[in-house]
Amino acid sequence: MTSPARPGSSPGASRGGIFDRQETLAKLLIAPAVLYIVAMIGAPFVLAILYSLSDATTGEPSIHLVGLRNFGAALADPVFRLALRNTFLFTLLSQSIVIVLSRILANALLKPFRGKWLVRFLIMLPWTAPISLGTIGWLWMYDSIFSPIDWVLRYLGMLGTATALLGPQTNLYWLGVPGLAIASVIIVNVWRILPLATVIQLGGLSSIPKDLIEAAEVDGASPWRRTLMITIPLTLPIVSIAFLFGIVFTFTDLIVVYVLTRGGPVHMTQELSSWTFFKGIEAGDLAQGAAISLFMFPVLALVAIFILRMARRTEVV
Amino acid sequence: MPNIGKLARRGGLYTLLGGFAFFGAFPFYWMVIATFKQDHDLFSPLNNPFLFNEPPTLDHLRLLFTETHFTGYLTNTLIVGFAVVVITLATAVPAAYALARWARGWGETMGIGIFLTYLVPPTILFIPLSRFASFFRLQESLWSLILVYPTFTIPFCTWLLMGFFKTIPKDIEEQAMIDGLSRFGAMTKVVFPLAISGILTVVVFSFTLSMHEFIYALTFISVSAKKTVSIGVPTELVRGDVFQWGPLMAGALIASLPVAVVYTFFLDRFVAGFTMGAVK
Repeated sequence: MTSPARPGSSPGASRGGIFDRQETLAKLLIAPAVLYIVAMIGAPFVLAILYSLSDATTGEPSIHLVGLRNFGAALADPVFRLALRNTFLFTLLSQSIVIVLSRILANALLKPFRGKWLVRFLIMLPWTAPISLGTIGWLWMYDSIFSPIDWVLRYLGMLGTATALLGPQTNLYWLGVPGLAIASVIIVNVWRILPLATVIQLGGLSSIPKDLIEAAEVDGASPWRRTLMITIPLTLPIVSIAFLFGIVFTFTDLIVVYVLTRGGPVHMTQELSSWTFFKGIEAGDLAQGAAISLFMFPVLALVAIFILRMARRTEVV
Repeated sequence: MPNIGKLARRGGLYTLLGGFAFFGAFPFYWMVIATFKQDHDLFSPLNNPFLFNEPPTLDHLRLLFTETHFTGYLTNTLIVGFAVVVITLATAVPAAYALARWARGWGETMGIGIFLTYLVPPTILFIPLSRFASFFRLQESLWSLILVYPTFTIPFCTWLLMGFFKTIPKDIEEQAMIDGLSRFGAMTKVVFPLAISGILTVVVFSFTLSMHEFIYALTFISVSAKKTVSIGVPTELVRGDVFQWGPLMAGALIASLPVAVVYTFFLDRFVAGFTMGAVK
């Protein structure tokens, strides 16, 4: 066996010709999208790396390389370390809660009931409405004086009297006390990602073959055992997908912290993304900002690898 | 006995769903209340905050539409959204088609590669892109947003459309070509009309994602009249020590609901983009 038919050699000729042209046409059609991505994602990404190795500021944006100094400076900064810790804390805690709640919610939504479209619309609102506007609603709910949560607690006698469970003060100051501010940010992150994770899980749950579960039922497997042996293993890939995308969106999000606390009180809710913004844009230190933002990259690369693996594995099946 | 059990299970289901719906929608209910409440009622800590203790009012809406740039934010959002939709369609539709159909072998890999660029977040890109914007003198211009937003719409929509094109049988095209259409003709006259639901999905997403975007808009635009809704409402009506809660909530509500209604219809397709491959 030698080489396959080349274009121009008898019967394959016209076919080969079409394929050649097809390949060219394909490249032509793909080019604009790829060029856009290279120019507007690739180039800026390289520029971010260059900035992180330079001493550029908004006043003096030309690039003089200074080595890894910016990364060292970032690591030495206590606010940065707080931001790094918070980014992991917010992401892992909120996404663990989201995975559990979304499974419960997806199971409930699988059942038939009246008014499903309305319930679905209400449940999906946090994801379908612009997040900065939804978070503004939360900002008003966490208000230091007019918070409805505080009002309910006062109404129930848990706040604002000398013997109250949560103390004699009239308000909890959700965004003013470090612990509560961190909890507030996590709650809004859960609120925000829950709809997405739920819809992803719904897809996974409804793809389990019904007869498989029925067969297990006939064989006398208890509901607990059915969940453990069938539902969980079969939906594991989809749960991982929900988890991974939840991580990406929470890990890189700036909006929730920016709108709620601006990183306060005294940097206690600062994240990598918010600290990047305040350093790199508001303070104009492009080099520091770029270095801080690049600390996000290893985690994102790891997530991308997991997503790729997931895609590959299911392709084989 | 089984009836009682069934009833209890039903009750449990409704309680559970009610709880989740409450959690999801309460901030928006909270906006409705603030939108129509008189300031005096709104700012009395002893009043029941969940009800109208004094008659509702349209003052906040009047203020929002006459004394703020709110209508300007809406217009800017529409302009940017439509422009982004056009750019996204022009680049993602041909690319997705070619990747799904003609590029064998490397098409799938390249498609995944394009999708993965969706994972490079704005929080890494906004610093260098802000320099791009200032280099091309596009700061304080809607053009900066129009040119940057396709960085997240193109990767996602290309990936989504690849899935749609794969579901259209090849025979249809081949038949069209036998009937005398060119390859290009078969693509534009036969396949694209069949993919109309996919293309509509892309229109909805490009617009929705543009409207949701916050970080680039916050970084590139600081002139009030040029802001989009997602940054105009949170940054312009919160300024200073005086929070204009009534108009603020009204603005957030009015801008949120229409897009949420449309998005809900397309949510399943959006999610299909994330799970493509993991569920078959």
